Amino acid sequence: MNGLSFDRHTRRKLANHVFVALTTGATLFAIGALFLILYSLVVNGLGGLNLHVFTLDQPPPGELGGLRNAVLGSVIICVLAMILAVIVGILAGTWLAEYGDGSKLAVVVRFLNDVLLSAPSILVGLFVYEVMVRPFQGFSALSGAVALAFLATPVVTRTTEDILRLQANALREAGMALGASKGHVIRAVIWRASRPGLMTGALLGFARISGETAPLLFTSLGNPFLSFDLTQPMATLPTTIFQFALSAYDDWRSLAWAGALLIAGAVLSVNILGRVLTRGSIQK
Amino acid sequence: MTFDISSADQPARIVEPPQERVIDVRGLDFFYGKNQALFGVDLPVARNRITALIGPSGCGKSTLLRCLNRIYDLYPGQRAEGHILLDEEDVLPSGRRAQPRANGAQSGIGSDVTRLRAKVGMVFQRPTPFPMSIYENIAFGVRLHQRVSKAEMDLIVESALTRAALWDEVKDKLHQSGLGLSGGQQQRLCVARGIAVEPEVLLLDEPASALDPLSTAKLEATLVELKESFSIVIVTHNLQQAARISDYTAFMLLGRLIEFRPSADAFIAPETEAMRDYVTGRFG
Repeated sequence: MNGLSFDRHTRRKLANHVFVALTTGATLFAIGALFLILYSLVVNGLGGLNLHVFTLDQPPPGELGGLRNAVLGSVIICVLAMILAVIVGILAGTWLAEYGDGSKLAVVVRFLNDVLLSAPSILVGLFVYEVMVRPFQGFSALSGAVALAFLATPVVTRTTEDILRLQANALREAGMALGASKGHVIRAVIWRASRPGLMTGALLGFARISGETAPLLFTSLGNPFLSFDLTQPMATLPTTIFQFALSAYDDWRSLAWAGALLIAGAVLSVNILGRVLTRGSIQK
Repeated sequence: MTFDISSADQPARIVEPPQERVIDVRGLDFFYGKNQALFGVDLPVARNRITALIGPSGCGKSTLLRCLNRIYDLYPGQRAEGHILLDEEDVLPSGRRAQPRANGAQSGIGSDVTRLRAKVGMVFQRPTPFPMSIYENIAFGVRLHQRVSKAEMDLIVESALTRAALWDEVKDKLHQSGLGLSGGQQQRLCVARGIAVEPEVLLLDEPASALDPLSTAKLEATLVELKESFSIVIVTHNLQQAARISDYTAFMLLGRLIEFRPSADAFIAPETEAMRDYVTGRFG
């Protein structure tokens, strides 16, 4: 080995070390930020988290209370939104993947869906306010669910299309070769084969909407009392956190932290569940 | 290897089979959009015999097979012209019946793909079990064409699995997923699924190309037994396989049928130079 090649070798090794250090540093920075957020969330949130959070409704300042109305409101509105989003999203995604292929309409629908996918949620809130809140002269849980459905649907549509395209054409041909119609093969074979992926799409959609606040401020508004009336304003965790976190009362701010921890926990578990389901489908 | 293309323009050498023809292809042209893939193909398919389609990649043998049950219908832009007579009825949509049927009331099979595919089953290159139980895989096709009681279905499933030589291996796990079987078992499950519908003809597109030698041998033995009840057309790249199991061999080249004769002498004394070169491994 002569001097020159040794030099080059050293230089390359050095360059390699620098590059590894840079990428590692960037990764640590990103992960560090995430852990700091989680850390402050857990430290501040755990303090406010107790059984009352789930059993009592939101209190006036200075009194004992919880987040029961907000938790239940969030669950109701999110479930309603997901029912709408899953029905529309899976049907739309199926049309894009199985029927619309190559048509101009499919190109337009896919483009609009991508636009909607990244649309600012506050715009969606304003839109639903215009079409559902103003005409009926009142905020309502239903309009909140519709606003969230607008946000979750593009996620479900996109995932559904991608997942259905992954299914081998031979599977479609095998079903049709037995004499089944295309629609029957899609419903009985293709959807079934894609079930883990479709579930993942729904979970991703849920993760997208579970923390949304802006669209709910225009639609379901918020409600200090427990309510199951879909035509009336309803409390949700994000809007309650928004209200409490901005308040001057320590006990309200503590409840806001607890609520934030609840949402983060829900999103985290949904994401993990989604990954587990996807892994299951790949192994098959 | 080069090959004199001019012999492809000569008329096909066809040794007529003495048996009744279940399928008679006459002057079949096939188009993938503007590209013509088959040129005036004539092919007799003898009842209760195995007909092998051989030829180099891209010669049109799979295309020809996919015409026989019109599975190409799935893809817009693909079309066939000419005549494919199944029990003397034209399966092609534009074609008219060769002979008027006695019970003129029934619509032609050319306008009833479901009925066509009930009569002409298909097994694909890669196993395509549906994501459901072994039992349901077979029941799926049967339910498309007839209403049967649970007890009748049990018998149909057992009979199909027995004839596909799979019963002994799966009889204790009929309600487990078909995806859990080995590749060879999955392919025999697909055969069972195909014959459960009781077709007249079974089409196989390189059914053993994804299987190990042992599974291939089992599948071949199954096919030889099945020709007692069904007429079989098999596309294969494996000349030994064609020689082992088929009664007739059709050699195709560049979208044309070059030679058709009993397999007993097809591999010993082909008439055309092209087929001689192919079966002796000089090209392809």
